[in-house]
Amino acid sequence: MGMSMIDLYSVPSAHLLCCRATKDMSKVPPAPPISTQTACMIAVRDNRDRAAFALLFDHFAPRLKGFVMRSGSGAAQAEEIVQDVMLTVWRKADQFDPARAQVSAWIYQIARNRQIDLLRKERRPVPEDLFKGAVFEPDASEVLVVEQEAEYLKAALRQLSPEQRTIVEKAYLGELTHQEISTEMGLPLGTIKSRIRLGLDRLRHVLKDMR
Amino acid sequence: MNAITHHSPDSLLAAFAAGVLEHPFALVVASHISMCLDCRATFEAHLAIGGAVLESGATAVLSSDLKGATLSQLDHPVTPRPEYGRKGIFPSPVVEALKGQTPRWKSLGMGARQSILSQGSEGSVRLLYIPPGQAVPDHSHNGMELTLVLQGSFSDSTGRFGVGDLEVADHSLEHSPKADDGAACICLAATDAPLRFAALLPRLLQPLFRI
Ligand SMILES: [Zn+2]
Repeated sequence: MGMSMIDLYSVPSAHLLCCRATKDMSKVPPAPPISTQTACMIAVRDNRDRAAFALLFDHFAPRLKGFVMRSGSGAAQAEEIVQDVMLTVWRKADQFDPARAQVSAWIYQIARNRQIDLLRKERRPVPEDLFKGAVFEPDASEVLVVEQEAEYLKAALRQLSPEQRTIVEKAYLGELTHQEISTEMGLPLGTIKSRIRLGLDRLRHVLKDMR
Repeated sequence: MNAITHHSPDSLLAAFAAGVLEHPFALVVASHISMCLDCRATFEAHLAIGGAVLESGATAVLSSDLKGATLSQLDHPVTPRPEYGRKGIFPSPVVEALKGQTPRWKSLGMGARQSILSQGSEGSVRLLYIPPGQAVPDHSHNGMELTLVLQGSFSDSTGRFGVGDLEVADHSLEHSPKADDGAACICLAATDAPLRFAALLPRLLQPLFRI
């Protein structure tokens, strides 16, 4: 999807991350640079970097609008939601942890929460933030694994048959009921399961380390 | 330390991540994720797939002023919604549903109590308090019922459920749960249909007691 690699030296915290990385990662050369979006998100989180936020907006806002409109919002309401989601990205940036989630996964959650809050006029229950106030030691190798998984997942999506892909898309757009998910998603989920499994083991590990 | 042995099925976590669970069930799943690192990992993996769907989906053209309007609001002050943390045996989603208060228990007879957190067309969710050794009145379900143990434990025909364990029951299950000896059993229970308590109360009285 043409994720261009940013000049890391223009993003101070990402630069920091890489310095740390070169120490730890002597065993796993060569370290690929982290993606533009992750670098931007870290710059927003750590430095309140507006230019980085503008780049995130350029990347995600059109996707969010497409996403939100496909799950049933009209154009005007969709833009309202897009603006709301992007402002939440700015305000809640301190909750972003690149060792646990891709930027896209984090924004997906914010977008779904926002849509549901609007739709149902009630706050969607969210799991307890077990790591509130934790200072995230950026472990570059973990960040890179998360990024790699995102690429695997996208590849796995592309490899699904058109019918299966439609089912997965509908499910995550919120167009299937729980019942439909449990009866129709088995096959496509099985297909991407090995990828998810990989990510699961890693996530469990990261989560348990953080406790 | 008792380990969690009864987890959420994958389809429930996917449905929760996609935001399609009715509020009562969403509250229980959010609470289980708050107590269970394994299901949290699976939930976050579903968010990652959602992120991949967002990332690879179609874009929509934005109004020309949306970016400027969003950037201009970055510094606007916002009153954050109140945030609730864990309180004793209650994970934060339950504390939020209680609005930070302690539960207001209503007697169900024979020492059993309930505190309704919400009820409506989407179903109901409540806290149940069952004295040690006592049976939860025999009942069967019209739809799905989720029960999460917050304190103590109960056993039924399907096994033993301790703190953090989640039981998923449907209308085919006549399970006669009974609180184990020791501490009183406190559960978070959600259903999408009114429960029919056979032993405890004549059906006519049910609306009165809202069970
Ligand atoms: Zn679990």
